[in-house]
Amino acid sequence: MNYTKSELMVVAAARELENDDSVLVGIGKPNLACNVAKRTHAPELKMVYESGTIGSNPSSPPLSIGDPVLASGAVSIEPMRNGFNYYLQAGRLDVGFLGGAQIDKYGNINSTVIGDYDDPTVRLPGSGGACEIAGHVDRTLMVTPHSERRFPEEVDFITSPGFVDGREGREELGLDGGPEAVITDLAVCRFDERGEMYVDTLHPNASREDVRAETGWEIEFADDLGTTPEPNEEELRLIREDLDPNEMYTDQAE
Amino acid sequence: MSKVTSMHDAISTGVSDGDSIYLAGFTHLIPFAAGHEIIRQEKRDLELIRATPDLIYDQLIAAGCARKATFSWAGNPGVGSLPAFRRAAEDGIPTELELEEYTHFGLIAALDAGASNLPFAPLRGFIGSDLPEHNDNIARIESPFDDDYVYAVAPIQPDVAVIRAQRADDAGNAHLWGIQGEVKIAGLAADTVILSVEELCSEETIRSDPNRTVITSDDVDHVVHDPYGSHPSYAQGYYGRDNEAYIEWAEIASDVDRVEAWLDEWVYGVENRREYVEKLGAERLLDLQPEHSYATPIDMGAYR
Repeated sequence: MNYTKSELMVVAAARELENDDSVLVGIGKPNLACNVAKRTHAPELKMVYESGTIGSNPSSPPLSIGDPVLASGAVSIEPMRNGFNYYLQAGRLDVGFLGGAQIDKYGNINSTVIGDYDDPTVRLPGSGGACEIAGHVDRTLMVTPHSERRFPEEVDFITSPGFVDGREGREELGLDGGPEAVITDLAVCRFDERGEMYVDTLHPNASREDVRAETGWEIEFADDLGTTPEPNEEELRLIREDLDPNEMYTDQAE
Repeated sequence: MSKVTSMHDAISTGVSDGDSIYLAGFTHLIPFAAGHEIIRQEKRDLELIRATPDLIYDQLIAAGCARKATFSWAGNPGVGSLPAFRRAAEDGIPTELELEEYTHFGLIAALDAGASNLPFAPLRGFIGSDLPEHNDNIARIESPFDDDYVYAVAPIQPDVAVIRAQRADDAGNAHLWGIQGEVKIAGLAADTVILSVEELCSEETIRSDPNRTVITSDDVDHVVHDPYGSHPSYAQGYYGRDNEAYIEWAEIASDVDRVEAWLDEWVYGVENRREYVEKLGAERLLDLQPEHSYATPIDMGAYR
């Protein structure tokens, strides 16, 4: 099968999701990943959005996390306060997708500023829901291109905590869960017992050198370093025909 | 008693230079028409409060109405960043913009404290983040009962909130469906509330389905009947988001001259939302119209 890096990223993210998960979805690849999972191995997956829609069943790809397709046909719609209070803070959600401009070796994410907070080089959008998603779901997932700029040893600003300065650092703050996987266009990275990011599988055609060149610290590789499984025919068909026919969020082969 | 008025009069009576204002609606029912009227009336030195500043605050900032933004996510949803917000925050163009920054949960909790007459609201938020170091209205507090801790946020009570809903009676009892966001607590936290709706309805319609009421007349000062008042955002069941406008704004707003031209054409160049809608044209609006999908009616029962 021909497939592109972005299709592989969506499918790798989809395979992180389990049938009984409640997932806080984002726009773009995370939304595609959740819908691929729901239509393949995880039909019971419950999709929740920051806008308060619970059990969304979008008929077309949402343009924002508050799109009307997320509201029509949802199981419930909560006011924003209740969504964050009762669903996120109280631990009712298993998985959350996060985005950001930088992620460091402990999985801390910056979506606030590049440079100094009071005199930024680049003013980014800010946390939105991300900080508390990072703090309160069991597993966070990030889908992002791999580049040295995006993978510094330490982020300029912690918007959303990963393992802070290691697993113990996160525990001392009283936070459970934490970063589960970072899915890039080169590899799937996970976090070791110290809370440091390592490469778990390399994508087909990607090398250790490629990853080293695009990572801002000496990233380690799993002893049993594997190859990321390729997307199958059904997963690709779903992306191309049903979920992203206009290639808004993926480049597609053929 | 009827509170129905025009958007022009609601804004000129309700909003003063220097006010803190909250244009509510989380991606849904964003009060674009109200924002445009504020720009037309050249209100200045406003503190713009909103979880998601969106295009409407980018336009207010570009027009020179703002001195401060209190927010939690300043982006163009699904598209990218807000160029005017960034120009003001990074380079002070056209005005310096003070920032007071929260997370969504933190900002909504602060509004809730404001709506609830509390000195602060507690939340398990901001934990592990650098944000509290940069905002004096976020503080860590210890539990009085055990060794747990939370963060507290100070109450936010805007001078004015503009909220939208699908329908209301002329006294300001409003029905909202779809994504509710922070509409209710923004309305309850603010001193003055301007309510804008797609349709006016009878009090009887409101009373037929009281669970759907988002705010009642006691908390509403002005009612404005402003169809398509949320374009280019959306109103559930009435029209969808005009995504072209969101994409176009990303380009227009990157260029100061194009922003001026856009404001001249679409804000200063029209008198009110009706003229804006006429200018958009029927074809564009028809393309945004969804098919019908009615909820199953409920039986409230008629009790004697």
